[in-house]
Parts: sequence; structure tokens; C-alpha cells
Amino acid sequence: MHFFKLITRNTLRHKLRTALTVLGLVIAFLSFGLLQTIVDAWYHGAEAAAPNRLITRNAVSLTIPLPKHYREKVRAVQGVKTVAAANWFAGVYKDPKNFFPQFAVEAVPYFSMYPEYRLAEDEFRDFLRDRKGAVVGRKLAQTFGFKVGDVVPLKGTIFPGNWDFVVRAIYDAGEEKTDTSLLFFHWDYLNETMKQRFPLRANQTGIFIVEVNDVDRAAAISEDIDKQFKNSTAETLTETEQAFQIGFVKQTEAIVIAIRLVSFVVIFIILAVMANTMAMTARERLGEYATLKALGFGPGYVAALIFGESLAIAAVGCVIGIALTFPIGEWFAGEMGTLFPVFEVSTETVALQAACALAVGLIAAALPARRAAGVRIVEGLRSIG
Amino acid sequence: MSIPLRYTLRNLWTRKLTTVLTAGGMALVVFVFAAVQMLDTGLRATLVATGQPDNVLVTRRGSNAEISSGVDRVQAAIIESQPEIAVSTDGTRLVSKEAVILITLPKRESGQATNVTTRGIGDDAYSLRPQVRLVQGRAFEAGATEAVVGKSLAARFEGATVGSVLRFGGREWRVVGIFDSGGAAFDSEVWVDADQLMQAFRRQAYSSVIARLTDAAQFDALKARIEADPRVTLDVKRERVFYEEQSQALSKFISYLGLTLSIIFSIGAMIGATITMHASVSNRIGEIGTLRALGFRRSAVLLAFLFESILLGAIGGAVGVALASVMQLVQISTLNWQSFAELAFTFTLTPRIIVVSFVFAVVMGVIGGFLPAVRAARLKIVDALRAA
Repeated sequence: MHFFKLITRNTLRHKLRTALTVLGLVIAFLSFGLLQTIVDAWYHGAEAAAPNRLITRNAVSLTIPLPKHYREKVRAVQGVKTVAAANWFAGVYKDPKNFFPQFAVEAVPYFSMYPEYRLAEDEFRDFLRDRKGAVVGRKLAQTFGFKVGDVVPLKGTIFPGNWDFVVRAIYDAGEEKTDTSLLFFHWDYLNETMKQRFPLRANQTGIFIVEVNDVDRAAAISEDIDKQFKNSTAETLTETEQAFQIGFVKQTEAIVIAIRLVSFVVIFIILAVMANTMAMTARERLGEYATLKALGFGPGYVAALIFGESLAIAAVGCVIGIALTFPIGEWFAGEMGTLFPVFEVSTETVALQAACALAVGLIAAALPARRAAGVRIVEGLRSIG
Repeated sequence: MSIPLRYTLRNLWTRKLTTVLTAGGMALVVFVFAAVQMLDTGLRATLVATGQPDNVLVTRRGSNAEISSGVDRVQAAIIESQPEIAVSTDGTRLVSKEAVILITLPKRESGQATNVTTRGIGDDAYSLRPQVRLVQGRAFEAGATEAVVGKSLAARFEGATVGSVLRFGGREWRVVGIFDSGGAAFDSEVWVDADQLMQAFRRQAYSSVIARLTDAAQFDALKARIEADPRVTLDVKRERVFYEEQSQALSKFISYLGLTLSIIFSIGAMIGATITMHASVSNRIGEIGTLRALGFRRSAVLLAFLFESILLGAIGGAVGVALASVMQLVQISTLNWQSFAELAFTFTLTPRIIVVSFVFAVVMGVIGGFLPAVRAARLKIVDALRAA
């Protein structure tokens, strides 16, 4: 019991110093947690992918379209359940900084493949009836204040001209990882308009989304699809939705690595601060430790005192830091709008924060504890701060 | 009268572990601060080096990148015939009509399929871009399915060396040369013959037209005329401006993230400095009393402690900048969101970054050391001597 009392008293002796150290720890663990969550958000697309969905795109690159008539051939491949054409639209809403993803999709098959986009039945019916209708996600609707019936004007970049869409339905997230910052509209509307404006670019689609009956045969079905179009003018590349999404993330990997690295740098910074606090504390109390030893306490006890104090400070800082990660993460995600569609602090992140706190507490105390444990009584009693 | 510098220096020296830890924390902060700025500078340098000041780049109106643009042959001919366009030595206009297509190539080490810009170039492409030099092999023959590749692409991608073959668009393109564009974005591109590329992909339209102006000042006249011409719907931009815009999103992301991190981290480091300086004051209350009794003024005590903290910051700054300068050896390659293709750039250290980082470190020292120094200066002589 005395042991814990001593640790508590020691920790509170220099109130200002302890408070400053804890503050530093809180800032460090908070930013560590946020950075880890940003990295997680980067991968959210891959995590939200379903194993029974495949993406078929042009083998040359994603920017080169596929002919629309490929759909029937893909559908005929054994094991394929549903096929939907989809196009990345890249329209600008008022200003380029209001970025959010927009897709032209074949609505009926598409939404049957994505049950995680929860739609009210009557709203979805309205959307199907309106050629210029659009479906928007809840988060997107909140960010820009879209309501059912509102007109969303977009300026095309890939598809030139001005495009007006009428919000007919708002979808909710069916799962925690579901991205609700998207806008969908009718693929046919895009195609019909392109037929009038740029006949050469009509009847083409960016990708096909393919649903398979049997997840275990996904790889074989991918190969079968690609085989259909071998040596044609537009060869295809079919991969699982997850592989497709990871392909994106991998191309920006340098940034992810940099953020990861930096998130560990902050731990080193705080380690330096914490180790410094413990070193000063132990140096000032060398006389006391010598007294304890003179009273008969062993070097292990003295070392345990220092480790205990260091761990206690680290624990307090870490707990406050973790507790703050959630509200501040939420605020940050709100400020960032649709940039991070899914921003959830994972249990893994919390575990990492706790593990780092433990490591910082132990490493910071290691040198001072060794010194205090090894100090000779006479030498210790003679020393002054 | 001021307290001798040696007093401060020796104090830092006596408490080596504390000095190293505090300055080390600051050094890491300065390192992050400097590295982020170097990255942003490197990115901008790459894209600014890509554009020539007297070149214009024409794309379809509203398309922000070359890959989403289309300029048909008639429109390209209209651009070519404008009076502001310079004439080359052989009497033709200095114009390159280019087709840009993204292909995916596997990276050499990871095998990761990555988007690569493939540019079909016209006859004058090399004269329009004097920074491009062939460093290995030769230029491709007009009309042949041959390719030349940029030097950073050659270093990172499978099949991008002289003599090997790239397969795309249903054809095999033999790599016959490697070019160096002096750190410009072209270093990450594949160049082939424009007509061959368009045939391979059955494209009817060019992506962009690059032209040299007779005089950079002619730009406004050309822009006004083209934008008023009802036959074309095109955007005319200075080449340099176009490439600057290409990097905006990435550059903004890097600098915002970097600034936020630097501020948060610096709070941590300043707390470290404050803790150290507070301890430094507490341990020397007796000494401070003695100094004051000897006749040193409060301001002298304040300055001595503040100087100690500044010195800590300066050490941290020097170490941090030194660490950051090592980063110049590292090349970063990532997807540029606006052009949707791979872009390689380096950490670039400029004198300005060195100065700013160093000042940043010193300011951290001043802020961290200010309160403890004030506390030392406000001690009453009698109390201080009694405490000793």
C-alpha cells in the first residue's frame, strides 16, 4: 500500500511539471490517434468492398472506356448474376474545392448489388421515374444541405457542359463503413445526352460492376470475362472490388507511408519529453533514494518507484488522449466534409495508443531507474539536486 | 551588466542528458517542419520546370487535365494558324499536337500496376521543350511504333529500359531511348508518335495543343481571340500556369497537413523546453540569489535563462535541418490526383527553408523558456538566498 502512496505523492510533488508532461502526452497521443485514423480512412474503400463484386475495366487503364455492348457478353459468362455499367463523372459543384464523387449508374441492377445503400422504397421509385433524378448520400446531403426536390447543378470536366440533376432520394449507411458522400444518377441520361453532344463518345462506359453467384469462383469468373475480349479492340481487366480499391490506395502509398512515419515521430518527440522529466525527477531525488536504501529497501524497490511514477504519468496522459480522440476526430471529420467519407477511430488505433503509452512509460524510466538503483548510499546522500 | 555566456553554456553541458533530450525533441519537430516544406517545394519545382514561360497549352474548355480533354483536328488547325504563334526555322509553325493517354505499367520492385502518362507528340515537341535531352539511345522514328521514356520512369518501371518492349493499345512499342527533362514532370512519362498512338487507341481528337508564342506578352491577345471564336470551345493557358494548377490539390494537401502537424508537434516540444527550463530554474534558486546579490539586474537573469532556452532551440534547429537535408537523397513518387498519373519528385532544400526552420526552432525556444525565465527574474534576493 505504501508503495502506491509513495508513487502518488511523488507524482504530485511537482504539480506544474507533471501537468505539463501530461499535457504533452495528451497532445502526442491525440495526434497519433488522429493520424492513424486518417490512414484507416484512406483504406476505407477497400474495407467496404464486398467479396462477391467484381470490377471490369479497360486493360489499358481506367481512363479508357469500354463499349456498352460488352455488358451482354459479360452477363452471359457462367456464374455472373448481375451486371451494371457505371461511369465516373467528375463534375464540379460550384467550385472545384466542393469535391464529391459522382457516378452514372444503371440504377436497378446497381442498387440491387449494393444493399448497404439503404433507400426508402417510394423515394427510389421516384428516382427511377425521373430521367434527371439523382440519389445522394446522407453525409453529402448534410454537407451541402441537399433536400429531396433540390436541383444540383454540376459542371462537367470529362463530359463537357452543364448538367442539372434533381435529388429524388437520399440513402443511408447500411453498415458502419458505408460511404454516404456519393451522388448517383442515371447512366442512360448520361449516354443519351452524349449521343446528342458527342456522338463519337456515346455508348461507352467506364466500368462494369459484376456480381457473382459464388464467391469462391470469383477468380475463375474474372478470367472467363477477360477471355471473352482477348485480342479485341478493348481488352478488359477484371478484379475483385477490393483489389480495385487497393490499386488506388497503392498509387498514393507514398503519402500513406509518410503519414505513418510522422505519426511515430510524434511518439519519439513525446518520449524525449517524458524521458527528460523522469531524468530530472530522479536526479533531484537521488538523496531520497539513498535514504530509502539506507533504511533497508532494495534497489529493485527504488527502481519500481521510478517505473511506477513514469507509468502513472504515461497512463493518465494516454487515457485523456484516447478519450479526446473520439470527439476531436468527429469534429475534424465534420470540418473536412466529404474528403474523408468514413472517419472512425478503430479499436486497433486505441490499442496502439495504449501500447505506445506503455512503451513510452517504460523507456522513459529505464535510465533514471538504473542510475537510482545502482547509486551508492554515501554518494546519493552527498548529492544535491 | 550581463551574465557571461559561459555560465549558460556550462549549465547546458553539466546536464547533458536533459539537454540532449530536450534539443532532440525539438530537432524532430524541426525535421518534420522542414521535410514537409522541402516536399512541397520539390513538387512545385517539378511542375514549374515542366512549363516554359512563352509556351501556351490549349485544352477543351472546362477539362482540367489533358486526359479529359479533346481537341479535334479542325480546332487544332485553327490554333496553329493564329498570328501570335511563332514560326520554326523550317517555316512551319512551332506547334505540337499531342494525344495523352494513361496506361498502367507494373513497378519494378513491387509489381504494383501504376498509372503512367503516355504522350503522343508532334514534330516540334522537342523544340518546344528545350529542357528535354536524350541521355541514352535515340529519338523514335516518325511513324514507327517506338517509344522514348523519361529517366525516373526508366528507373522505376518494368520494361522501361532501352531495347525492351512496352505493350499497350494492341501494339508492341520498342523503347529506343531515355530522356532527361531536368526534373520536370516529363521524367515520369512515355513519349511516342502522336499519330501512331491515336491509331492504336482509335482516337479522333488530340488531347492538347502546345504552341510557342512569338513573344510571351502576346498571350492575352491570343487568349481573347480564341475564347471569342465561336468555332472552338477551348481553354488557353500559359503552360506554366497549367502545370501549377495540376499540382494545386496535392500541394495544398501536403502543406496543410504539414503545417497542422508542425504546430501540434511544436506544442509538445515547447512543453519539453518549459519543463527543462523550470527545473533549471528550481535547481539554481540559490545561484540566482547569489547573482542578484552580486549586482546583476533582473533583466540580466531573465536574459541568461532565455538565452539558455534559445540555445536549446538553436541546437535542435541545427540538428533538425541537418537531418532534413539528408532527405534530399530520397525521391517520392505518388499519384497526382488532378492528372491521375504517377508523378515523381524530390525533397528540395532551399536557403529559405533553412532560415525559416531555424527561426522556427529559436521561436520554440523563446516561447518555451519565457515563463521560467520570468520566474527566475522575479525571485526576491532574500528568498532566493534563503532557499539555497
